[in-house]
Amino acid sequence: MIKHFLSLERKQYFRSSYWQKNIALNILLVFFALYMIGIFVFFGVFMYKILTKLFPEQDPFIVANTFIFYWIIAELFIRFFFQKLPVMSAKPLLTLPVKRSSIVNFILGKSALSFFNFLPLFLTVPFSVSLLNNGYSASVVLTWLATMVLITFIANFLNFILEAFSAELDIPFLPLLIVGGGLFALNYFGIISFSEIVSQGILAITENPVYILVLIALLIGLYFYNFKLLKDKLYLDASLQSKVKEVNASDLSWTNRFGDIAPFMQLDLKLIWRNKRTKSMAFLMVIGLLYGLFFYPQPIYRDMTFMFAFIGIFSTGFFLINFGQFIPAWDSGYYKMLMSQNIKYEQYLRSKWILMTMSVVVMFVLGIPYVYFGYKILIAHAAAAVYNIGVNTHVIMWGGSFNRKKIDLDKKAAFNYQGTGAVQWLIGIPLMLVPMAIFGLLDWLIGFEVAVAVLVLAGGLGILLHKPLMKGITQKYLDSKYKMIAAFGKDS
Amino acid sequence: MIYTKDISKSYNGVQVLKIDELEIPKGQSFGLVGNNGAGKTTYFSLLLDLINPSTGTITNNSVVVSQSEDWKPFTSAFIDETFLIGYLTPEEYFYFIGDLRGQNKADVDRLTAKFEDFFNGEIIGKKKYLRDLSKGNQKKAGIVAALIGNPDVIILDEPFANLDPTTQIRLKQILKDLAEKQGVTVLVSSHDLMHVTDVCERIVVLEKGEVVKDLETNPTTLKELEAHFAKSAVTVSEEEE
Repeated sequence: MIKHFLSLERKQYFRSSYWQKNIALNILLVFFALYMIGIFVFFGVFMYKILTKLFPEQDPFIVANTFIFYWIIAELFIRFFFQKLPVMSAKPLLTLPVKRSSIVNFILGKSALSFFNFLPLFLTVPFSVSLLNNGYSASVVLTWLATMVLITFIANFLNFILEAFSAELDIPFLPLLIVGGGLFALNYFGIISFSEIVSQGILAITENPVYILVLIALLIGLYFYNFKLLKDKLYLDASLQSKVKEVNASDLSWTNRFGDIAPFMQLDLKLIWRNKRTKSMAFLMVIGLLYGLFFYPQPIYRDMTFMFAFIGIFSTGFFLINFGQFIPAWDSGYYKMLMSQNIKYEQYLRSKWILMTMSVVVMFVLGIPYVYFGYKILIAHAAAAVYNIGVNTHVIMWGGSFNRKKIDLDKKAAFNYQGTGAVQWLIGIPLMLVPMAIFGLLDWLIGFEVAVAVLVLAGGLGILLHKPLMKGITQKYLDSKYKMIAAFGKDS
Repeated sequence: MIYTKDISKSYNGVQVLKIDELEIPKGQSFGLVGNNGAGKTTYFSLLLDLINPSTGTITNNSVVVSQSEDWKPFTSAFIDETFLIGYLTPEEYFYFIGDLRGQNKADVDRLTAKFEDFFNGEIIGKKKYLRDLSKGNQKKAGIVAALIGNPDVIILDEPFANLDPTTQIRLKQILKDLAEKQGVTVLVSSHDLMHVTDVCERIVVLEKGEVVKDLETNPTTLKELEAHFAKSAVTVSEEEE
């Protein structure tokens, strides 16, 4: 049985059109994985030395254990956004003579082989070796290593439980944010020192390995809880099908002032508001808006003028980048219909352009309070906003004409971060780095005023040339029409 | 109205459709039958310029469909549920299509009101998104949406599949009326020989991408079609032996 499952898995992986079309992306992800492994190995090898340098009076082993609480929280966050349980692929198996429990065991067992579960080993194994070299007893080190492996698997299965419960929510990452943030805050402000508790627990285990049974029991408990959750869900009417929701209609007649593109704008707004995937994206705009608060309160960054442009582009263009890079894939589900309808492609694209432009303006206006950190920041943000409207909107729409990947809007948001998360940020880089480089260079060579003027000029030029640019972009879309229809018709 | 000349479509050197000449006059109800893979959907997709022909052209009301988009205002289609926008309610979807076809809300309401019994009270005013409707109800919504804006050419791929018997009978009446009373050119494909002979004045049989029969419908047509498809079933079983 397992043999069959494994061969299905292998075929699903290598035969998906996503794999074949995105070799470059896969290579990039492999590099990213290697990079992460490299960092982990580096820290694993040198952590002992680093800790002795930083905390000369303390035992490095004990210091390392106090970090494990933070590690667990971070791991849960990372897993939540990047690791998913592939429940959907089980649907065709349901009617076959395969026991439900073996399907569930397979899905859960497979998750244990995830990259996320091996990554920590690249840190913990070298660290253990350096502990042994520094005279720690083998039994302590090996127990510690086993404990870390168990913690990894506990995080693995705990994550799926968290996902199962938050998948039904409109903002799936909110519970994790509140719980994770709450624990962190309690710890940070010294109300309850979780890092101390975790550290004490691990030290207790290393002193008396019998306590490791507690972790094993916890792991088994989590596994069976997952087993139960998943087994109940493996019915067509439970998790494999989306829930029916009452319609929330809102009045969008204000878009009528945009004339012939009003129908498309209404469609886009409904698209954003009524699909989980797009809705979480809209909520993420808040993070984009508050992004500057990570930097500006620290005086170091306030002196780095080139950062102003970067933060300005990012915070005013957050929606633009996240929404824009998936044009026209948002409409992939019904692209054939649009193409057989009496629409002018230019109107279709202009509606998206206006939506992105409005978002930039709104984000800029909401970001005006940043003036508190200095008037230069506001000026730089304004220039960045103009650049976003004039240049980045057109660039990202032009890039969209190369879009060949279908987006399944009906899928739960929780199953949808995978595959897009890393890509999303990679595509964003050129859009943000180019203006940042221009701005930074001019600011350094000539001065702040010139740098601002050049960004505004570039943006202004883009706005002036909007009509011809759109014409070119529209032509690009029309040229790849058949390819897009064919690609959007395929399941990834 | 629709003139097909020397059209062919190949994928990686395998020909899936080849029609030398086919003319469909205005106001004709035209039926396309054939087994799976015969090329019915390919032909409709070419007609809607959703795929690029390998050779040849299709002319719709003297517009070459792969060269100009001017055929779109008077042509409408429902091929499959990917023509629906899942996150809209049926009403919103109808209004959206109406907007694209220059019809205001009142026009659309007037049209959909005529289909009240076709909808059987399960489509309008239910506060449900299209993605949450059953397959049959999705199909009903898609078919009616294809009628919005008084098109001259209506293309429906497998309109009878997934519908309940009552609705099938109502749909047949609707399609007949369109061709006979309003002069609309109706193109349907179907696997159900009985339905297609009931509705269509003319039936073309496709086999492996080529036209093998072109019949004016008369009382014996159904028998003839059944004989044709039974024959190919017999030849297949003989080959297997």
